[in-house]
Amino acid sequence: MNFRNFIASLAVLGSLAAPAFADDELYTKQFGGKPGMAKITHEMMVGVLADPRIKDFFAKTDIERLEFLLAEQFCELVGGPCKYSGRDMKTVHRGEKINTAHFNFLAEHLQVAMENNGVPTWAQNKLIAKLAPMHRDVTEPR
Amino acid sequence: MERAACIRAAAVVAALTSTCAFAQGFTRPDQGKLTATGGVTQIEGAGGGGLTPWALITGYGSRDSYGGNAHSTFVDLSDYSLGTYGVAAGFHDRFEVSFSTWRFKGTDGALDGVKIEQDVVGLKLRVAGDAVYGQDSWLPQVALGAQFKRNKGITGLEGLGVSKPTDLGAKDNNGTDYYVAATKVFLDQSLLANVTARFTKANQFGLLGFGGDLQDKYKLRFEGSIAYLVTRKLAVGAEYRAKPHNLGVDDEGSAKDVFIAWFPTKNFSVTAAYVDLGTIVNPFVPGKQRGAYLSGQIGF
Repeated sequence: MNFRNFIASLAVLGSLAAPAFADDELYTKQFGGKPGMAKITHEMMVGVLADPRIKDFFAKTDIERLEFLLAEQFCELVGGPCKYSGRDMKTVHRGEKINTAHFNFLAEHLQVAMENNGVPTWAQNKLIAKLAPMHRDVTEPR
Repeated sequence: MERAACIRAAAVVAALTSTCAFAQGFTRPDQGKLTATGGVTQIEGAGGGGLTPWALITGYGSRDSYGGNAHSTFVDLSDYSLGTYGVAAGFHDRFEVSFSTWRFKGTDGALDGVKIEQDVVGLKLRVAGDAVYGQDSWLPQVALGAQFKRNKGITGLEGLGVSKPTDLGAKDNNGTDYYVAATKVFLDQSLLANVTARFTKANQFGLLGFGGDLQDKYKLRFEGSIAYLVTRKLAVGAEYRAKPHNLGVDDEGSAKDVFIAWFPTKNFSVTAAYVDLGTIVNPFVPGKQRGAYLSGQIGF
């Protein structure tokens, strides 16, 4: 199979799989806008804080502020009218000794929160696609 | 043992990898990869789709840990059935070792009652990229692999003086496939794509030996998989696998499938597919060999 054709057919399939929409529509329609995203980040953190594998990372964290910053960041990442006002990922996580498993356990709580709030998988994956490369800055360098 | 040194050693001696993993001071698997990102078990036992090995390392061990699984697969074709089972392990999301044993049977037609068995040992080393975390890069995850296949004989054709593939015109009963696999998850599109280039002499996956009267050289054959991630626990897709044609007595072609894979937990997955393996020993057994494929995997 010709690789270029293969990639081209992927692009076609991709455009069929994910309906076209204006950027703001992803935030407002699929994630429920500001109230929706606030609910998602809150429920995600409820899950995280109940998870013995990762809850200790947040022992000294101002959870309310963290939820606010996450909602702001996720809003920006899915094209909503927000600008993340927190510190950069590398600085925030420096020295925390976060590994790949910790990173993914938190991501799973986000996925569950999105599922429970009716965000369709294709829209969830658009946010996860933006978060995944942060693995590099969040986890401990090797 | 230092990690880099450990990986180098692992590449050389498969048996040592578990020792390396434990020597690093952990005893428990972390199940630290996201659901479905270890793939399922392909027909020869490697982490992949159904027909095609992927660059993903099997199991749910992250780069800090290890994972393992056992699988059983059954394929019910028009004139044959194939049952395989085996085990596989992934270390540091970097290195994979697998074992699979096959029992292939004629269930109808001219080869009804004939049995062929083979064992496959697989090794895979991830060499570049990250299929999941590299969302901001075009580089796919790339792995090199080898599958060592040993034919355990043909029974039911003794009357024709056939008890092994070489009796049918194959040049060898045992052989090795080498492959390069490139896998990328396009999260923004909820798609997984894989392309595998395989250097092979195998006749019908090795069931009919290696090389033949028509040719006895390694051939480059392409395989591809595409999957749509319906939910994080459900994927549907299709695969294609080209194969060489070495044996005069077997008009061998390509194999394809459409599949659905369900991952209710990280400890269990089931894959159902409709496969078309093309003809097998056509013209003696005419017609495409098509049918249902069912595979279950348990692991961590």
